Amino acid sequence: MTLYDALVGPFAEFAFMRRALVGALALSLGAAPIGVFLMLRRMSLTGDAMAHAILPGAAVGFLVAGLSLPAMTLGGLVAGVSVALLTGLVARTTVLKEDAALASFYLLSLALGVTLVSLKGSNVDLLHVLFGSVLALDDQAMLLLAGVASVTLVALALIYRPLVLECVDPGFLRSVSRAGGPVHFIFLGLVVLNLVAGFQALGTLLAVGVMMLPAAAARFWSNALTPMFAVAILVASLASVAGLLVSYHFDLPTGPAIILSAGVLYLVSVAVGWSGGVLWRLAPPRHHRAA
Amino acid sequence: MSALRLEDVTLGYDRHPAVHHLDGAVAPGALLAVVGPNGAGKSTLLKGLVGAIEPLGGRIDRGALGPRDIAYLPQAAELDRSFPIDVFDLVATGLWRRAGLFGGVGRADRARVAEAIAGVGLTGFERRAIGTLSGGQLQRALFARLLLQDASVILLDEPFAAIDAKTVEDLLALVARWHSERRTVIAVLHDIDMVRRAFPETLLLARRAVAWGPTTEALKPERLLEARAMTEAFDDAAPFCSANAA
Repeated sequence: MTLYDALVGPFAEFAFMRRALVGALALSLGAAPIGVFLMLRRMSLTGDAMAHAILPGAAVGFLVAGLSLPAMTLGGLVAGVSVALLTGLVARTTVLKEDAALASFYLLSLALGVTLVSLKGSNVDLLHVLFGSVLALDDQAMLLLAGVASVTLVALALIYRPLVLECVDPGFLRSVSRAGGPVHFIFLGLVVLNLVAGFQALGTLLAVGVMMLPAAAARFWSNALTPMFAVAILVASLASVAGLLVSYHFDLPTGPAIILSAGVLYLVSVAVGWSGGVLWRLAPPRHHRAA
Repeated sequence: MSALRLEDVTLGYDRHPAVHHLDGAVAPGALLAVVGPNGAGKSTLLKGLVGAIEPLGGRIDRGALGPRDIAYLPQAAELDRSFPIDVFDLVATGLWRRAGLFGGVGRADRARVAEAIAGVGLTGFERRAIGTLSGGQLQRALFARLLLQDASVILLDEPFAAIDAKTVEDLLALVARWHSERRTVIAVLHDIDMVRRAFPETLLLARRAVAWGPTTEALKPERLLEARAMTEAFDDAAPFCSANAA
């Protein structure tokens, strides 16, 4: 097998591989920066909880309208945004902290979803929702992925200042602007949006992987914010390409293959990343003559 | 310039007053120290003044002062030092008043940021991540941000806690400069000697105003004893304040 056959052939030959590639790259572009912010705000598990929260919404949409993208997207959005809003409301007005509030509401959402599905008495195959179908992206799904990536990048650019400031110095932000609260909700909305888009390609649970693994990997390559976004997007894109190729050549499920690729890149980063990688800690300590 | 006027102000959390029934005014250009035991409501008072929390009762009259005329330095603990941001960008957030959410930061602004950084003796540290700074250096950077905010009222919450003597001296000189520029400075402090030395006015706080006036009057030994006798614990069985019912 030539290098061409291994790396380019599958995409040149099959339209579904090209579509999968474009879809996965679009997802990488939007989800990876979101993941960086989640990580820096110590909300890395929020993505996972949110994914659980939108799952029932998507499932209900599936039950009502069958394998219809608009219905499942809408269902997921409604469930995700409701959980985000209720969480924010409880966290900001009561003694409960955000993590506890989120845990409560996503569990409620999940239980409600499972109940609704079982009431319907249907044993429909929800594996599509759980594990996605990146090799079967239709035009609608492609447009959704591209649209969400565009909205995410534009929205992040607009709320960048207050979002960063709310992470570093929330007390100061409160003293100069009232934007902190709304910005936090917009950010959670973007998290939901990317997860909803992601479950088309990778499935609800694996969509979190494309969000968080590249972000965590990026932390090991830079101490500054802008390069961190670039590295995260790069890692997510590399993982998308690698995952698609591995899944094509070895006949493996695509979603998990992409996430496993991201996982390999993450482990490599933990080991040799020049900003805090394990390898550099093992090296004999040396220091400059002066500060 | 307007005074900050407090009319029967009560501030607190969950119906428990951290500080209650404050009456008084801070004149423009005042240099006021806020002193008191732990839990006396000092930080809460600053949060109320800057508008970060709403009073449970009473009124804070800021006159013509808008939120952007009041600069606020929170306690150091509220800052996430592990966040990947460098000194220049942190100081530049002081431009918020001018640049806001979307405004551009041009060459003139960059020059002002550099000038503020130089003003606190941190030149050369512009591209250092804040996580690599010492406590004193970080506090210098935050003072540079205050310089940039160019506000007529400056609120400092324990600005000198756990800071080396040289830095304290330099930053106190900045406070004195603000005072000479007729800015209002209100600082929460623990070092009574420093207050006696550098702050003409003092508010001695212990859930309520024990004394408020010229520092020599406010910090008399019997006043300090009175403030120290304040109980720190929340008393859930405490009757509701009678002044509320009236």
